Amino acid sequence: MQRSNNHYTTKKPVMNAPLPSGPLDAHTAGRAADRPPAVEVLSAEKVFANGTQGLAPIDLTIAEGEFLTLIGPSGCGKSTLLKLIANLIQPSDGRILWWRGDFGQVGQDGRRLAFVFQEPTLMPWARVDTNVRLPLDLADVPRGKADPRVSDAIARVGLSAFARHYPRQLSGGMKMRVSIARALVTEPNLLLMDEPFGALDEFTRNKLDDDLIKLWWERKLTTAFVTHSIYEAVFLSTRIVVLAANPGRIFRTMTIDEPQPRTQGFRDSARFAAYCRELSTWLSEASLPSASGATP
Amino acid sequence: MKPLLQSETFVRIAAPLAVGVAMIAIWEIGCRLGSIPVYLFPKPSDIFASLIKNGPSLLRALLITLRITLQAFAAAVVLGTLIAFTFVQSRVIEVSLFPYAVLLQVTPIVAIAPLIIILVKNTQISLTVCATLVALFPIISNTTLGLRSVDPGLANYFRMNRASRLKTLVRLRIPGALPYFFGGLRISCGLALIGAVVAEFVAGTGGRSSGLAYEILDAGFQLDIPRMFAALFLITVTGVLLFGAMVGLSKLALSNWHESELGTET
Repeated sequence: MQRSNNHYTTKKPVMNAPLPSGPLDAHTAGRAADRPPAVEVLSAEKVFANGTQGLAPIDLTIAEGEFLTLIGPSGCGKSTLLKLIANLIQPSDGRILWWRGDFGQVGQDGRRLAFVFQEPTLMPWARVDTNVRLPLDLADVPRGKADPRVSDAIARVGLSAFARHYPRQLSGGMKMRVSIARALVTEPNLLLMDEPFGALDEFTRNKLDDDLIKLWWERKLTTAFVTHSIYEAVFLSTRIVVLAANPGRIFRTMTIDEPQPRTQGFRDSARFAAYCRELSTWLSEASLPSASGATP
Repeated sequence: MKPLLQSETFVRIAAPLAVGVAMIAIWEIGCRLGSIPVYLFPKPSDIFASLIKNGPSLLRALLITLRITLQAFAAAVVLGTLIAFTFVQSRVIEVSLFPYAVLLQVTPIVAIAPLIIILVKNTQISLTVCATLVALFPIISNTTLGLRSVDPGLANYFRMNRASRLKTLVRLRIPGALPYFFGGLRISCGLALIGAVVAEFVAGTGGRSSGLAYEILDAGFQLDIPRMFAALFLITVTGVLLFGAMVGLSKLALSNWHESELGTET
């Protein structure tokens, strides 16, 4: 086991595409590989019960502190890959390591992962603070210890004034913030988000993206993120993995090496537009039936 | 201030009240104009007079019926909830027992009441058993449905956090089942009353006297039609009050979050 570990951790991130020229020249690709890995996907593949190959064997390393985004045409298995990383489903073959260990050891060494769904999935009968406290309650954390953490998490998503509200009294964006607070309250080391802002309007989404990147930067929170939005991917990520479909596989990888924490200024910049253009081209290539992006 | 007619609460109370008053007035006037004899169809005023005259005996009968109803209702709630909990614990248990719950539901209580009254010596208990059988099914089916209707996303979340069976039950299944449970209560409380009255009728024809149904039977034998109506009136009022109590209870428990109990303003 030790041997295979070393083999994979020394491997550079998948980079088979030229970086966009011009504003991107100065980038030091693969810098993330210098940090210890949080998650290593080792030739993990997923074949569904009906025989379809959801994911071809995939190799992917998420380094500590990285903000990694999975993007691709629908059916490319980006959600499946995220669920594999979350241990919500098991790979048909290959394996996944968390902090160089099995999933069983996650949580024992104080390392936790949190998952944010596309839907807020809040308990409608419980107030915001009770909803946020849920993971602590399920882990039998005493109220005295839990409550300060709950109010801290609610404050971090900017909902302190709404702690005693019920979910139905909140807007869609606020519900999503509650869902994020519920993830943050466990002090996770790895945050997994499956299109969390997909159902929100663009204005709200940008606002939440701004807050999310701030949180990520303050907490050095390793994050894996699935999205459909090119703009969101470029704005948030330190690295974007473009997946192609049939079977789901890694098509190309883009590193976005920009000053942190990013602000609206980055969205307005020419570099942002250049990244988006490049990513958009890649996505259309990945969507072509002839996309010849077999894993490098 | 808003005009009275635009006030939601006022209309909600006043409109049905006006219909009721109008109907009673038509009834009274119609009976008087047609000179319908009191032993065929009594006027509201006759019924009211009878209610006053026979007040003590009717009230005694009402208390008996009410006691049977409440006992049966309580028994149905406890039993029904326990059965529902058992059902959701295992699919096998539910599949093997649910048909018999349906059997219980579709068997007319009038048909089995005589048997129960013969088997159980104590009239009170036998009547309570009959009424419980009638009131049980809505609680079982609604609570089972509620306990099963868990938001799949939340269920997933609980699984991910390795929540125990007990915690999932207490924190997820039970709160989620409450709206269904209260829906069951509303149906069941009326059925408990109906069951009690029907059982009393059966017992009454068998010579065992008790409750409002017996008052109706007895008044029928004596052609005291206003007393029949007075007893019927008391049964109806009891049913409405029981239903109202359940609605209030459900509002109290769910008003904060469930769509069914949310006001028009949000």
